[in-house]
Amino acid sequence: MSAITTPFPETPATWKLPYRGKVGMACLIIAESAIFTIFVVAYLYYTGKSLTGPTPREVLETPIFFTVCLLSSSLTIHLASKLLERGNRGAFLGLWFLTIVLGGLFLFGTGQEWHRLIFEHGLTISTNLFGTTYYSLVGLHATHVTVGLLMLTIVLLFGLAGRVGREQSARIDVLSMYWHFVDAVWVVVFTVVYVLGR
Amino acid sequence: MSSDAMAIHQGTDVGSRPWVETLHGWVTTVDHKRLGILYILYALLFLAVAGSEAMIIRIQLMYPHNSFVSPQVFNRIFTMHGTTMVFFVGIPVLFGLANYLVPLMIGARDMAFPRLNAFSFWLTALGGFLLYFSFLGGSGLYGAGNAPDVGWWAYAPLTSRAFSPGHSSDYWTISLLVAGFGSIGTAVNIIATILCMRCPGMKLSRLPLLAWLNLVVSGMVLIAITPLSAAQIMLCVDRYLGGHFFDTQAGGSATLWMHFFWIFGHPEVYILILPAFAVLSEVIPVFSRKPMFGYPVMVGATIAIGFISMSVWAHHMFSMGMSSYGNAFFVLTTMAIAVPTGIKIFNWLGTMWGGRIIFKTPMLFCIGFLFNFLIAGLTGIMLGSAAFNWQLTGSYFVVAHFHYTLSGSFLFGIFAAFYYWYPKIIGRMLSERLGKLHFWLFFIGFHLCFDLMHIPGLLGMARRIYTYEPGRGWDTLNLLVSVGAFIQGIATLIFVANLIISYFKGAKAGNDPWDAWTLEWSVSSPPPAYNFAVTPTVASRRPLWDLKHPEDPDSRYE
Repeated sequence: MSAITTPFPETPATWKLPYRGKVGMACLIIAESAIFTIFVVAYLYYTGKSLTGPTPREVLETPIFFTVCLLSSSLTIHLASKLLERGNRGAFLGLWFLTIVLGGLFLFGTGQEWHRLIFEHGLTISTNLFGTTYYSLVGLHATHVTVGLLMLTIVLLFGLAGRVGREQSARIDVLSMYWHFVDAVWVVVFTVVYVLGR
Repeated sequence: MSSDAMAIHQGTDVGSRPWVETLHGWVTTVDHKRLGILYILYALLFLAVAGSEAMIIRIQLMYPHNSFVSPQVFNRIFTMHGTTMVFFVGIPVLFGLANYLVPLMIGARDMAFPRLNAFSFWLTALGGFLLYFSFLGGSGLYGAGNAPDVGWWAYAPLTSRAFSPGHSSDYWTISLLVAGFGSIGTAVNIIATILCMRCPGMKLSRLPLLAWLNLVVSGMVLIAITPLSAAQIMLCVDRYLGGHFFDTQAGGSATLWMHFFWIFGHPEVYILILPAFAVLSEVIPVFSRKPMFGYPVMVGATIAIGFISMSVWAHHMFSMGMSSYGNAFFVLTTMAIAVPTGIKIFNWLGTMWGGRIIFKTPMLFCIGFLFNFLIAGLTGIMLGSAAFNWQLTGSYFVVAHFHYTLSGSFLFGIFAAFYYWYPKIIGRMLSERLGKLHFWLFFIGFHLCFDLMHIPGLLGMARRIYTYEPGRGWDTLNLLVSVGAFIQGIATLIFVANLIISYFKGAKAGNDPWDAWTLEWSVSSPPPAYNFAVTPTVASRRPLWDLKHPEDPDSRYE
């Protein structure tokens, strides 16, 4: 076994590479952004092209409160991961739980809106182009929120079992990157569906 | 109990392990080398399947009014041939090579996420299985088998419930969706591996070109495969939930599907061809006995191709009727992509220029590639011009053009890779005699088939027709094209025979049979499970050259 040593120099002391978790998550976010882009393009392309009603102007109500919930959950998760870095596990768990509550509230808001649209206005995914694009785009985002909540809950359970400490801080950061992405996508979806699309 | 203990004791001898255990080891493996081999074997299996489908197509078109298969079967066969070749031959073989080689070349123990790697492979495997299960399950429970017959790009409204009853299009959709997720997983993995797992000293400026090109390919997979996944989700919504994305009756647009498909589809052909470029960039320097000519320019050209390829998709859609500005934009971007590809050909030639060229089989395939790819590029420029394209789109000229890129270029590159790295992967050399026979037969068959195929296209023969009238000047040409296809089939059989015979009887390869310069040749053949006993440290682009020539290392000049 010829180990490759000579004539190579000594291992450079400053050899540092990025953390693979962060790079992997960044790649996933790029891929997800492309998926969302396609759905957003379809939504914008079909805006106002529905042959029958109901139209977005008639039935959509801007979900300000639930949007504030979701966006502020970005802040709580950021603070939570900072606290974990400093080793404050109790405060971390508290803020982590708050993040889950805020995300859950947002999901509840989406569910409530869908319930109202389906049962009061008779808008389903097959009613018209608006229904098709609306439920697909918002549903795709809600799916991502759900997946995020599942992962956050897993971390919460591990945290309650006392398994999440400062040494997991880098991994928690990776998950929080995903959550920030889900929030950022909502800003786009919100703008497209509730501002431009009406 | 005691017999169990005996078995475990004897288990140190790999040959005597029960086959179930070996199988279990392969199924549950997370080792990048084993997964790489699984990817490649999987691609070879589908190469045989899709190759047989090509033969069926060529038998049917050998004579006018031939009735070897019915029109319905013909539609299924060309759909399956295209889909299989792109998604279950091209992508698995490029990921297989990347999986096997990238960690070895950058001095890493394994990929960044070994379990994600296994998961992605099995997703891709499931995708291929689903596609072919459609032969049994395509019509659901109420009829005979029925594979998808909508063409590999599945234009709307062919895929709507009205025109595609049963489940054949659903199998196509779900299969590509699942395989697409597998591709995204592997792409994430390759990028993370290259950025985060390099051995000390392996700066990005010293990365072997194969790793560089796979980095770019994986980046392209992230943003090119995902639009297809999104479009497939929309198609599922249309077919299962009654959505109207591509339903023109309810205001939906068939054009939107075309755009979404080709936003994926055109980068996809670069995703396939760049790994072949990667192989050439490793093989040509070694067999010219010269370092790569213009390494930074090669990297730059690759990144340029990656960028430009994202903005050329609508040159597949000139006949759809775009505005003159749209046409002009896509003509110009299409022409522009010829510049970085031209730079690449120039640099390979520059590497060979003045070198002591060794005409071994891998090098033969690379030289064949250069000729074929040049012609493929030239017909590409022709088709990239909107006015010319209006005449010839949907004709056999297009079929000949893209088979020049995929068969004449991609496949030639992959064959070169097989001859070059087989000794590393298996530990035995492939037979040179069979290899040369394979090359010359395939080269002749390829040119007989695809050179002549341009002409019926120019004469007006449309693609996807299941038969044609005699006396249009296509008859002899089609017969010769079919003969060329059969010669390629025979050459491929020789290749497979070579793989099998050399596995048992090939000469022992040793660590470094080609006197090469990248890190994978520093370990034994096949490499140990742990890759490197000691993490290597590199100081130049050719670490093994430095090792072999301590009096004149590359690191002195870089």
